Amino acid sequence: MLMQLQGRALALLNKIAGAQWPDRLRLRKPIERWLYQGSKTSFSLMTQRGGQSRPRPASSANPSGLFDLTLSEDQRLLQDTLQQVAAELLRPAAADADHNARCPAELRASLAELGLTHYGVPQAHGGLADDAACVTGALLTETLAHGDVSLALVSLQGLSVANLLRRFATASAQAQWLPALLTENAPQIALALAEQQVLADPHRLRCRAERKGKGYVLSGSKAMLVGGAEASHLIVSAYADGEPALFIVERNSAGVSCRAQPAMGLKGAALAQVQLTKVRVPQAARLTDQHFAYQQLLDVLALGGCALAVGVAQAALDYVIPYVNDRHAFGEPISHRQGVAFPVANMAIELEGVRLLLWRACARIDQQQSFTREAYLARLQAEDKLMRIASDAVQLLGGHGFTQEHPVERWYRDVRGFAVLANSLVL
Amino acid sequence: MINLETPRKFRGLIAQARQVAGQYYRPISRKYDLAEHDYPKELDMLAALLDGMNAGSPESAGARTSKRQSSEHEEGVRNGSNLSTCLGIMELCWGDVGLLLAMPRQGLGNAAIAAVANDEQLKRFDGIWAAMAITEPDCGSDSAAIRTTAVRDGDHYVLNGEKIFVTSGARAGAVVVWATLDKGLGRAAIKSFVVEHGTPGMEVTRLEKKLGIKASDTAAIRFSDCRVPAENLLGNPEVDVAKGFAGVMETFDNTRPMVAAMAVGLAKASLDRARELLQDHCALDYRKPLLSVSHAEAQLYQLEAEWEASRLLTLKAAWMADNRLPNSKEASMAKAKAGRMATDVALKCVELCGLSGYGEDELLEKWARDAKILDIFEGTQQVQLLIVARRLLGKSSKELK
Repeated sequence: MLMQLQGRALALLNKIAGAQWPDRLRLRKPIERWLYQGSKTSFSLMTQRGGQSRPRPASSANPSGLFDLTLSEDQRLLQDTLQQVAAELLRPAAADADHNARCPAELRASLAELGLTHYGVPQAHGGLADDAACVTGALLTETLAHGDVSLALVSLQGLSVANLLRRFATASAQAQWLPALLTENAPQIALALAEQQVLADPHRLRCRAERKGKGYVLSGSKAMLVGGAEASHLIVSAYADGEPALFIVERNSAGVSCRAQPAMGLKGAALAQVQLTKVRVPQAARLTDQHFAYQQLLDVLALGGCALAVGVAQAALDYVIPYVNDRHAFGEPISHRQGVAFPVANMAIELEGVRLLLWRACARIDQQQSFTREAYLARLQAEDKLMRIASDAVQLLGGHGFTQEHPVERWYRDVRGFAVLANSLVL
Repeated sequence: MINLETPRKFRGLIAQARQVAGQYYRPISRKYDLAEHDYPKELDMLAALLDGMNAGSPESAGARTSKRQSSEHEEGVRNGSNLSTCLGIMELCWGDVGLLLAMPRQGLGNAAIAAVANDEQLKRFDGIWAAMAITEPDCGSDSAAIRTTAVRDGDHYVLNGEKIFVTSGARAGAVVVWATLDKGLGRAAIKSFVVEHGTPGMEVTRLEKKLGIKASDTAAIRFSDCRVPAENLLGNPEVDVAKGFAGVMETFDNTRPMVAAMAVGLAKASLDRARELLQDHCALDYRKPLLSVSHAEAQLYQLEAEWEASRLLTLKAAWMADNRLPNSKEASMAKAKAGRMATDVALKCVELCGLSGYGEDELLEKWARDAKILDIFEGTQQVQLLIVARRLLGKSSKELK
C-alpha cells in the first residue's frame, strides 16, 4: 500500500519533470519546490501511519485553539506556485478563452499536469488531502481565479469532483471513483447540480430519480454546467425516494442530451445545459446513501463560489491600483482625488471582509465544526460586495473599462455569474 | 494554521464581560441616557472590581493592557492583550458604549500611556485615569494642524491652547494632551503630555450636550500658561523630522481596533434585540435562499453578514497588533467597516421594529444614536478611507489629500 502511494506521487512528479511548459514559463523552480514540500509531507504522513488514513480528532487541526491567520508552509508554497501559473498561464489565455468560449486543449493538459486533483483525494486513495484541505482548496481556488475564473473552473473540476466524492459519497463509490481521478486517462466528470428556474431553491429540485428494477430512471434538466460538452460523466443531483441524492451518469447514455448554453460571462468555462429524458442508471450509480448531507454540499458549493469570486475581485483591485495611479486628468493622477481613491479603499475593505468570512467557514469545515451559518453569511457578503467591486473596477477605468482592451469588463460579466460559481466548485 | 474562532483561553473573560454588560450596564443604560452629565456612580464599584480582576488575571482586558508586551517572548503565533481587549470590549458594548467610555481608569488616555510611555512613566502613572485631548475648535480629523503649544521652560513645558471633545475630560484624573513644540516643524513636533487635573492653568470650560453616549462626558478644556513637568512628556522629547508623526500616531494602531470592537458590540445588541422583537415574523434559518424569505428576514441576514465581516476585520487588526505586524492599514479598514456597519445596523433595526424601535421603551433608538459617534471618533470614516487609500495607492498625505 505504502509503496503504491509513493509510486503514484512519483509518477506525478515524473510527469511534470518531463513536460516542456514549466520551462517555457519559468515555472520549473517553484513547481519543484512545491512538489518537494508536498511529497515530503505526504510521505512522512504515510510513513507515520503505515499508509493508513485515519480520521484525526477535530482538535488536532488546531491544538492551541488560537486565533491565527498564518498560512502553513505548504499553503504558502502552493500559493506562490499557483500565483505564477495564474499570471503566466491563465491570464494570457483568458481573453481568447472568453472569445472562443472554450479552454484550449493544450492549456487544459498543462493544468492537468499540475495534479491539483491530488489535494482532494484522501491519502488512502493516493492523494494529498489533509486536515486543512478546505482552507487549502479556498486558497488555491482564489489564486487561480486571479488569473481567470473560467479557466480556474475548468482546471479545478477534477479537484471539485474529488472533494465531492471524499466528503459525500459512500465508501464503495469513493473506492470506485477516487483512485481513477488520479490516473492518466481520468474520467472527465462535470457537476450537473443547478436547475434553471427563477427564485431557484436547491431544496426543491425538479430532477427526479425513480426506482426501476435494480436501478433508477433519471428525468429532468440541469443548467450552466462547467465543461458539460466535453465531459465523459455527469454528477447529477435529483430526488430519489423523496430525498436528495447524487448520481453519476455516463454522458453518452441514452436519453442524455447536451447543448451549449452561452451566458453573460464565464464563457471560457463552456457552459452547457443537459436534458435527462428517462435515463437508466444502475444502482451503483447512486453515489450517496440515506446519510447524504445535502445541505453541507450546498454550503461547500457556496464557499467554492466565494473563493472564485474573491480571486476575481482581487484581480480587479490589483488591476485598478496601477491604472488610477498612471491615468492623469486635470494635471495629476486621478488617484489623487478622493472620488477615485475612496472606492479603491472600499474595494480593499470589503474584499478582505469577504475573504475572512470565507476562511472562517473553511477552517470550521477542516475542524469538523458546523458551518452552514458561516457559509451563508460569506455568500451574502460575497454576492453583494464582490459584484460591487467588479462594477467599480469598470467605473474607475471609465470608457476604457467598458472596452475589451482591459479585462475589467470580463470580470464584471464573470462575477455576475455568482449563481453559476456557487453551483460549480466543491471546496 | 488558519483559525478564526474565539480562542479558548479568552472564554472566561468574555463570559465575565457579558455578565457585566447584561447585569450591570443594561439596567442603568436608560437612566444615564436621560440624565446627561450625571456621573454614573455605580461605575466606581465596578471599576474597582475590574481592577481587581485585571490584577489577578494574566489575560486581562481593558485600555491599559493594550500595549506592546515587550516582555513576552512566546514562540509562534500570539493571542495577547489587543485581541482580548477587543473581545472584552465587544461584550461590554453589547451592554452600553457610553458606560464603557465612562469607566474610570479605562480611558483612551490610558491606552496612549500604555502604548508610548517609558518604563518610569508607566510606573508613575499606574492607576491613573487618563482622558485623551487631541481635537481643537479649528482642527478635527487634521490632527497635524493642532495649535496648542508646548514651550520648554526649565524642567517644565508651558502649555497654551484649547481642546474640545475630550471624553471623560472632566471626570478623569489626568488628560493626555497633544501639543506642538514648534508649529514650523509640522507633525514631527507634535508630542503628547500627561496633564493632571488641578494643575494651575488647566480649566474645564464646558460639557457638550450630545446625540448619544450621554453617560460619557465630553469636555472642553483650556490651557493657559499651564506648567507641566518635563518628565510628563510621553515618549521621545526630540523632534525627529524623519520619523515624523509616527510616535503619536502609533497609538491609533491599537485604539482603532478597540473602537471598531465597540461598534461590533453595539451592533450585536441591536441585532439581537431586533431578532427578539421580530421572532414571530422572521425565522432564523441559514438554509433558505435569501430570495425565498420575507424582506424583513432577508434584511436581518444581511445585517448579520455585515456584522460578521466587521467583527472578523476587527479581530484581524488586533491579532496583527499582538503579533507585531504593521497594522495601520488593517486597523483603519476595521474601523471604517465597523463604524459604518454599526450605524447602518442600528438604524435599520429601529426601522425594522417600527414604532417599537423608535420609542424610548426600547433601547434600540438609543443604540442608533450612540452608534454614530463610532464612525466619527478615533478618526472619521473619511479619515480611515484616506489612510487605507494612501497605503494601497502608495500616496503621501500631500498627494492624496
